[in-house]
Amino acid sequence: MLWVDKYRPKTLDKVTVHDQVAQNLRKLVSEQDCPHLLFYGPSGSGKKTLILALIKQMFGAGAEKVKMENKTWKIDTGTRTLEIELAMLSSAHHVEMNPSDAGFQDRYVVQEVIKEMAKNRPIDAKGKRAFKVLVLNEVDKLSREAQHSLRRTMEKYSASCRLILCCNSSSKVTEAVRSRCLNVRVNAPSEDQIVQVLEFIGKKENLQLPAGFAARIAAQSNRNLRRAILFFETCKVQQYPFTSNQAAPPLDWEQYVSEISTDILTEQSPKRLYAVRQKFYELLVNCIPPESILKKLLAELLKKLDADLKHEICHWAAHYEHKMRLGSKAIFHLEAFVAKFMSIYKEFLVASFG
Amino acid sequence: MAPLVPMSQPWVEKYRPRQVKDVAHQEEVIRVLTNTLQTADLPHMLFYGPPGTGKTTTALAIAHQLYGPELYKSRVLELNASDDRGINVVRTKIKDFAAVAVGTTRKAGYPCPPYKIIILDEADSMTEDAQNALRRTMETYSKVTRFFFICNYISRIIEPLASRCAKFRFKPLSEEVMSSRIMHICNEEGLNLDSQALSTLSAISQGDLRRAITYLQSAARLFGSSISPTDLISVSGVIPEDVVKSLLAACRSGEFDVANKEVSNIIAEGYPVSQLMAQFLDVIVSTDDIPDEQKARICKKLGETDKCLVDGADEYLQLLDVASETIRALFNMPQTLVF
Repeated sequence: MLWVDKYRPKTLDKVTVHDQVAQNLRKLVSEQDCPHLLFYGPSGSGKKTLILALIKQMFGAGAEKVKMENKTWKIDTGTRTLEIELAMLSSAHHVEMNPSDAGFQDRYVVQEVIKEMAKNRPIDAKGKRAFKVLVLNEVDKLSREAQHSLRRTMEKYSASCRLILCCNSSSKVTEAVRSRCLNVRVNAPSEDQIVQVLEFIGKKENLQLPAGFAARIAAQSNRNLRRAILFFETCKVQQYPFTSNQAAPPLDWEQYVSEISTDILTEQSPKRLYAVRQKFYELLVNCIPPESILKKLLAELLKKLDADLKHEICHWAAHYEHKMRLGSKAIFHLEAFVAKFMSIYKEFLVASFG
Repeated sequence: MAPLVPMSQPWVEKYRPRQVKDVAHQEEVIRVLTNTLQTADLPHMLFYGPPGTGKTTTALAIAHQLYGPELYKSRVLELNASDDRGINVVRTKIKDFAAVAVGTTRKAGYPCPPYKIIILDEADSMTEDAQNALRRTMETYSKVTRFFFICNYISRIIEPLASRCAKFRFKPLSEEVMSSRIMHICNEEGLNLDSQALSTLSAISQGDLRRAITYLQSAARLFGSSISPTDLISVSGVIPEDVVKSLLAACRSGEFDVANKEVSNIIAEGYPVSQLMAQFLDVIVSTDDIPDEQKARICKKLGETDKCLVDGADEYLQLLDVASETIRALFNMPQTLVF
């Protein structure tokens, strides 16, 4: 088992990083009634861990027996019947799904699954909670219609079903949905906290950590705990006992992007642009999200530029990322950004050095 | 055997006014509707206004008061954005419901006028086609059916529909009205709320009573019966003042890298950027030592960025863009580089 899963806190008591949040959640659960919840925060900050621990706290061990199924929803829209297939994880007490996978039909999925849950409502057996929990991931990627259709559904079926929504940025969740939930902000753990966690794992695994080793990994992880633990395990596999100046190798794609940045800084020409296109394609076919590529590229470029240019470049990065979101083919916008950068940079070079 | 717990209910539902006269702060519409209760004469209605001002509540209350619990089910059709409301539904479901004539069975104590009511909640999310399909339906069956449209933005309702209705604007609630309502709930629930917390609550909910009540309930669940202003801020998702201030301070330093670091920090802390922008705007506008021209430049950028965020653009890049533009504005750098 990967360390990320092995050392995931299973109960709210064991949560170390967000103990304040965990305490509040425990209070909510002990009061028997629980509002709809919206967890938001950057990735790798522990949203999922908190949600799983919370569900366990609510329902006990029964919630841990999950099965994965591919369910097909048959939805009658009046004129035709839609068939939507969606993977979901379910236990006796909760269902977890990723409705945005259904694309533009996500609206039907959201309505249908909630209504179905409300229909076969669990019986209030021995003072157990008489509701099920529906965990929806990536609500920020839900279409506007789907979010709208959540509004009233949430209120109507609140007796039989509680929603736990999980997303990266709450800006993309409509105000109407946000105001119906208890918002829980999960911030990224600080580097010190990451160091603590790494040292804890090191102790459990009986590893000798050289001084400063954990801090280095933490710094490299960008305050992403999951990534830090993965780095840590990679290092362990690579070489143990650790040497004092060992560092985790950067991710393949990040290295690749930094190569691209050196490429376009050394030469600005249509030919180079063409060469860079191949590299972008390479990254995209390997399923690296285009916005991550753009962000990383910007970060790499910012390291090497003059202050005046930085303003200009970050403006254009934001501009093309926005266009990318509106458009449908990412490669155009990545290329446009590179071309724009090349022209600005070339002009700058000519102006300063002639 | 565990004690029987009463079915938990959001306070928003629990304290929803059941009668038209209890709806706070909307005098005109209440006057018209109380008249209706006596004369049973009712035009088509269009309620619009910001969220949390009592539009849905008013519509539901009048329907309940007209028909009473027994007839309600057969006389009132309530559709909102959760239900499918494409053009097909308008052509079939709404039309069928509208076409049925009603008897004059009367229940004691209720006026039971001889028409039905169709409530279309969140009508601004209906497509234009669906709205167009309603036009004739409204007129043909006006003898037996009244329509209530409820929306946030009246501009999204097509003109022909709007002109067929009596329009009522719902005002955002003033601070006193809101406070008295909140105090009422606090008394019922046995909560302790000092005047400072009360004014914080009014400030962060911006005239939206539903939001205020939701915050209050969340805070009560988490922190027990005595609630301080900081508790309210932490459940509301409002960003602490010093975070916004430190962003501005970073911009004032004029160093791009300092601002970049601050922006990464804010993103890592998970603060919602759209909220941050709103508060940043407040800080910029209320700062005295920034000349108007610079303020205008920053505000323009904020507006553009807000649109980008609504389109789903990346938060980090957009916030960085705002920070960089703020620096450029503060130091009077040109908008585009000229070499």
